[in-house]
Amino acid sequence: MTSLTAVMLPLVESRLNPSLASYDAIVAAGDPWIHEIRRGQILRIVDVEGNQAADTLFYSANDYSDRYSAQDTIRAQANIYLTTGTRLMSSQGHVLLTIVADTCGRHDTLGGACATESNMVRYGLETRHMHACRQSFVKAVTGWGHGFEKRDITHNINFFMNVPVTPAGKLTFEDGVSAPNKYVELRAEMDVVAVISNCPQLNNPCNAYNPTPIRVLVWDPS
Amino acid sequence: MRTLLFEDRIEPGATWSHVLKRGTALRLTDVEGGANVGALFYNWENPTERYNMPDTLKAQHIARLTSGDVLFSDMGRILCSIVDDTAGWHDPLSGCGNAELVESKYGEASYQEHRNAFHRNAYDEFLIELAKYGLSARDLTAPLNFFSKVVVDEVGDMRFVTGHSPAGATVELRAEMNVLVILNTCQHPLDPNPGYAPRPVALAVLAAAPVAADDPCRIARPENARGFILTERYAL
Repeated sequence: MTSLTAVMLPLVESRLNPSLASYDAIVAAGDPWIHEIRRGQILRIVDVEGNQAADTLFYSANDYSDRYSAQDTIRAQANIYLTTGTRLMSSQGHVLLTIVADTCGRHDTLGGACATESNMVRYGLETRHMHACRQSFVKAVTGWGHGFEKRDITHNINFFMNVPVTPAGKLTFEDGVSAPNKYVELRAEMDVVAVISNCPQLNNPCNAYNPTPIRVLVWDPS
Repeated sequence: MRTLLFEDRIEPGATWSHVLKRGTALRLTDVEGGANVGALFYNWENPTERYNMPDTLKAQHIARLTSGDVLFSDMGRILCSIVDDTAGWHDPLSGCGNAELVESKYGEASYQEHRNAFHRNAYDEFLIELAKYGLSARDLTAPLNFFSKVVVDEVGDMRFVTGHSPAGATVELRAEMNVLVILNTCQHPLDPNPGYAPRPVALAVLAAAPVAADDPCRIARPENARGFILTERYAL
C-alpha cells in the first residue's frame, strides 16, 4: 500500500458560506445529477459520509463536442492527480473549470466509471444486473436532451477516489483519502454542463461497500 | 509460416486507417527508432463501442501496455490483443497534441511552403480520419501512443522517456472483432525534442490463428478470460 503519510497532500479550505449558496441539493447514493454551471459560478461537491466516489463529467454548454478530457488535464499539469490549482482541460484545449479548494487533497481521473459491462469483466459475469455509473450517465445525458447520447460519455473524474500509478506502470486502487464532509470546489471558467453519477458500486471498497449521499452546492459570482 | 496479407507504411506525421478483421493482426514497426503512433479503436459494426482507456487500465491494473495485455472496449469486450511486443511499454495516458501545441513547440510550417513536410497535429489528423467513417469530435476518446513511454513517479509527476523505442521495434495487435483502427505518426505531445521530427512506421497485416484456450492474453488474468468470453459470445 502506498504510504500517503509520506506524501504531503495539499489541503485548501474555502471561505464560502453554504447558507449563501444559490443551489444546495443532496444526490442520493447511486443517483445521477446533471446541471448547468455558468461561468464564474462555484461548484462544491461534498463527500457527506466519507469514502464515496463522485464520478463527474463536464461539457462546454455551448458545444458538447468540447468536453472534459482526462488526458489533456493530466498532461497540461504533467501530473496524474487532481487537486487545488488543477485546470480541468477540454478535448479542444480549453479550461472548463479550475479546482479552487480541496480538503481531500487528491482525486483520480484514470479509473473511469463503473459499467455493467466492466463489472462483468472485473467481478464476474453474474454482476451484470448491478447498478453502475454508466447506467446513471446514460440516463442523465439522454434525459437532458439537446442530442446528448451515449457516445458523448467520455472518461470522467472520480472525486474522492485514490488510484495511484507506480513507476513500474501498475495501476492500484488504494483506500480513500477522503472522510466525512471533505469537499472539492471548482470555479467554472466557461458555461459548462456538469454530470455526476454518485457511484453505486458494491463490488469494491471504493466506497466501503456502502454507497452514501453527496451534497452539491453552487454559489453565484460575488 | 504466417500468411502476410499486405504491407503498408505511414509516412512521418501522416494518418492511416483500416478495418482490421477478426482473425487478422496488424504489426507496427518503428523503422528508424523514436516513432510515435497515436491510435484509436472502434467496433466497426457499432462505433459507439470503442477503446476505453480507464476500462483497459483498471481491468488489468496497468498504466502501460505490452504483450499479454488487451484493449478493452467500453462494452466489456476485447477489441485487440497485444500478442507480441519488443518495445516493452506503450503509453495509454498522455493523449494527443493539437494545432496550438504543435505551433508553440515547433513553429509554423505551411503546406504552401513545405508541401508534405508541413506541420500536422494528432488531434486534427484523428478528426479528419474519423470523418471518413461518419465519426466526429464527439467520438474522439482517449487515444493511446504506441512506442512511447511515460512514467509516473511517487507524487504523480509524468515523465517522457527519451530514446525508448529502438529502430526495428515491433508491436503486433490481433483483432478480436472487426475493428476500425485509426492511426497517425505525429509526435508524442510530451516529446521534449524541440524540433518537428515525426518518424515513419511500417505496417503489416497478417493472418492470425484462432485464439487458443491457453492463449497468453487470455490466461494473463481472470479479467482477460472473461473479456474473451464476452467477445466470443458477441461473435456467435
